[in-house]
Amino acid sequence: MDFGALFGSLDNFLSFTMGGLVFGAVYALIALGYTMVYGVLQLINFAHSEVFMYGTFAVAWMFIFLHGTESVTWSLGKAAPILVAALVGAMLLSAAIALLLERFAYRPLIRKGAPKLIALISAIGASFALAEAMGLRDRFADKLGLSDNLENYVAPGKARDVFSNPVTIQPKGLFEVGGYTVSDVDLVILAACFIMMIALDTFVRRTRFGRGIRAVAQDPETAALMGVNSGRVVQVTFLIGGLMAGAAATLYMMKIGSTRQNAGFILGVKAFTAAVMGGIGNLRGALVGGLLLGVMENWGSAVFGSEWKDVVAFVLLVLILLVRPSGILGESLGKARA
Amino acid sequence: MLLEVEGLCVNYGHIEAIRDITFGVEEGSITTLIGANGAGKTTTLKTISGLRKVRAGRVLFDGKDITNLPPYDRVKLGLSQSPEGRGCFPGMTVRENLDMGAYVRSDRRTPAYQADLDRVFELFPRLLERVNQAAGTMSGGEQQMLAIGRALMAKPRLVLLDEPSMGLAPKFIQQIFSIISEINAQGTTVLLVEQNAAQALKRADSAHILETGEIVRSGTGAELAGDDSVRAAYLGGDV
Repeated sequence: MDFGALFGSLDNFLSFTMGGLVFGAVYALIALGYTMVYGVLQLINFAHSEVFMYGTFAVAWMFIFLHGTESVTWSLGKAAPILVAALVGAMLLSAAIALLLERFAYRPLIRKGAPKLIALISAIGASFALAEAMGLRDRFADKLGLSDNLENYVAPGKARDVFSNPVTIQPKGLFEVGGYTVSDVDLVILAACFIMMIALDTFVRRTRFGRGIRAVAQDPETAALMGVNSGRVVQVTFLIGGLMAGAAATLYMMKIGSTRQNAGFILGVKAFTAAVMGGIGNLRGALVGGLLLGVMENWGSAVFGSEWKDVVAFVLLVLILLVRPSGILGESLGKARA
Repeated sequence: MLLEVEGLCVNYGHIEAIRDITFGVEEGSITTLIGANGAGKTTTLKTISGLRKVRAGRVLFDGKDITNLPPYDRVKLGLSQSPEGRGCFPGMTVRENLDMGAYVRSDRRTPAYQADLDRVFELFPRLLERVNQAAGTMSGGEQQMLAIGRALMAKPRLVLLDEPSMGLAPKFIQQIFSIISEINAQGTTVLLVEQNAAQALKRADSAHILETGEIVRSGTGAELAGDDSVRAAYLGGDV
């Protein structure tokens, strides 16, 4: 245990905190998908991690498509045009996967009144199927005759290896906070997370359709009596979760630069943890939980060593739920005050 | 007839909740369904609203067969329901609940909409006092008022009221029933389900008595209120 590593200097402390916040922002955006679907359907969309993972690949594919496979290191400014295209591509692909999940893994079960446990099993199955399909992308590319163009990115047998973005983004220091240099990449990630959270929060609280979502979350039968099409509400909920996961995937690729077919799993579990910590079903809870989890696990890795990062995250989850079983902010999407 | 219910049968699993229910609601009238707990009154209303699947029979609204229409499309036709008990959205304010009632309306920024809000506040001044309070923190009676006001915000042709007097203090019961008469006088057709048979029959143009899922008696409100067997069974012999 080395408290000095974290608290020894302000520089170190801020560095770990800032690094944690940046990861936390990614967790928060993924957590939104879990929390919204839970709020409306009281269902854990276990396959949401794959929605995120497909987004990370959409980003890499967009770079290959617009830049090529040559490995280069660019500044954020130079990569920006492709990043914007990648953001759109990732949001679209993730949203499409989320909608397909809703249509084929959940809707048929919910229509028949299946218990939530059955839907959870279906979700786990869908999650594995999606991850494994991504692990077989070399075979798909081969069938489509794409292997030559994409070279080592889909070389036979390589589809399960780490897949690196050809463009590495070099962060540039912008200003110092107490000795820690805040980079442009960090700033963009945090800003993007906050902008999207505020936009979504406003949508849910202030618009007619947003009120419809809250109505279904609070009382689906009465919502139907008001003229709310709950099937449409469920679709939009999955759509929003997918869009946010796609955005998170883009930010993740900016920072990390590589992914693989099982990359969704640990991030999904972390994001779900963040959602539960903040109060599942609560949008603002997802943000609070995500940022808190990111910071705490980074602090934990400074004190106990980085191999303890995940342990710290889950011990924290248990401690918070012992004190506040409904999470930090507690109230659900349904009961959220205006 | 604004609403026609023909030979309606609804099951919960293998249990018949209602059996061969047939009645109509005349445009501009107050029609009431009375009966004991579990007689099938609420099921009948929920089926008319589209929340329950029909095993047999039809529901016609303004001559149009709506038996298989989803509930949210029935609201657009002018059918609105105030559900039984505390059917308000607890986490929404009074104003948001009223806005939910008008979910299918597209004129929410017009003076006409404001006029309808004002009308609800006139009927229930209590709601205006609490306009920014979360519905879940209000008393049962206030929530009942909110549920009725919310149903009116859809500007319905027919409003279905499920036990509006349930759980209310006696002084509020009288008040709620005079408001129902007022709503009707302003041109909205009312289908009222009640356990408080005395009040319901007093105000109803026509009335039907449900027993274990079937209609056993029909007549005008006054006829049934004056009938000895009805008095004995539902009015405690004292209107």
